[in-house]
Amino acid sequence: MSLGKEFIKGIWKENAVFKLLLGMCPVLAVTTSAENGLGMGLASTFVLVCSNIVVALLRKLIPSKVRIPAFIIIIATFVTVVQLSMEAWVYDLYQALGIFIPLIVVNCLILGRAEAFASKRPVLDAAVDGIGMGLGFTLALFILGAVREIFGAGELLGFALFGAGYQPILLMILPPGAFISLGLLLAAMNKFEARKS
Amino acid sequence: MMKDMSRLLITLTLIAAGAGLVLSLVESVTREPIKEQRRLQMLKALSAVLPEFDNSPDTDIVSLENGADKKGNPVEVIFYRARKDGEIVGTAFNVVAPDGYSGNIAVMVGLKPDQSVNAIEILAHAETPGLGSKIEDPLFKDIFKGKSLDNADWRVKKDGGEFDQITGATISPRAIVGAVKKGLEFYRENRQKILAEGGQQ
Repeated sequence: MSLGKEFIKGIWKENAVFKLLLGMCPVLAVTTSAENGLGMGLASTFVLVCSNIVVALLRKLIPSKVRIPAFIIIIATFVTVVQLSMEAWVYDLYQALGIFIPLIVVNCLILGRAEAFASKRPVLDAAVDGIGMGLGFTLALFILGAVREIFGAGELLGFALFGAGYQPILLMILPPGAFISLGLLLAAMNKFEARKS
Repeated sequence: MMKDMSRLLITLTLIAAGAGLVLSLVESVTREPIKEQRRLQMLKALSAVLPEFDNSPDTDIVSLENGADKKGNPVEVIFYRARKDGEIVGTAFNVVAPDGYSGNIAVMVGLKPDQSVNAIEILAHAETPGLGSKIEDPLFKDIFKGKSLDNADWRVKKDGGEFDQITGATISPRAIVGAVKKGLEFYRENRQKILAEGGQQ
């Protein structure tokens, strides 16, 4: 498979959220606004790319018996790097995402890519795979966050869209809204795919 | 077998050591900015609840023990003193309302020298967005302005007091009113110590 294809697959054909339904905990929990979705997506992308590169670099040195603990140490290291950096330089976002930043460690998307892809491929492939998968994840979180923010708060990225007369659908910001929005998005995408083929 | 085992151990140890090295580097780079961010956050809250001041209240503090928590450790309450031209013009402290709708609500209270509330600020909460979260609205926070133990009945209207609850959310305002009241009572009991000159700088 060419590098271009490795990149594209993460965004559409094997999109972590819309196609593989991986990492649902942060997907559903932090997408109360487009900004939160974007922040969480980018933080996860950084961790994913870095851990993919390091795992690919060390793939011949790590004995397979201890590969999972080794991967988790590598992932947890980069998550802590992200957490400290966000607290130092983007404090508001750090507060908005709260406990979900450390929980990136257990996002199965990241361990999944390390195990299924990076530990078997050269560094460049792994890096490209990480970028593609990460951006696909970010895109999905952004779309979901935008949908919920538009209907639940009448805003997008903090800008009011509908004027003062709009009565926000509170449910969309609450946890059930995450399931409802994701379900409707998936249904729409499946319909679109079915028509295409 | 032994050789196999030692290889596993060595690999994991090396990876963990590498991780430790990276983390200590990142920590040393971010330590100062993080400290600064927390201080800014603190000062922002302090300026929101206190009258105009010209000192730095985050370092002009008195801390007192107020009971003990569930584990028996003493609970420290820190009083931040705002001064203008050396005179104390206000005092701020944090209270925690443990009986919110979901989890603790952390509130900072600013008092004028006459023991009435100058302003309150919600520092952290996890109340329902759109309902309980309206405790962050100025409309709600402003109800507290000018209220003291002597001139107000510290209960929400539903309980017979004079604090407006929020439509659809009585529990969060009730928790905050109760916590602020407790804070005011503690302040009154310890007023001498809190305003004592010097304090612990």
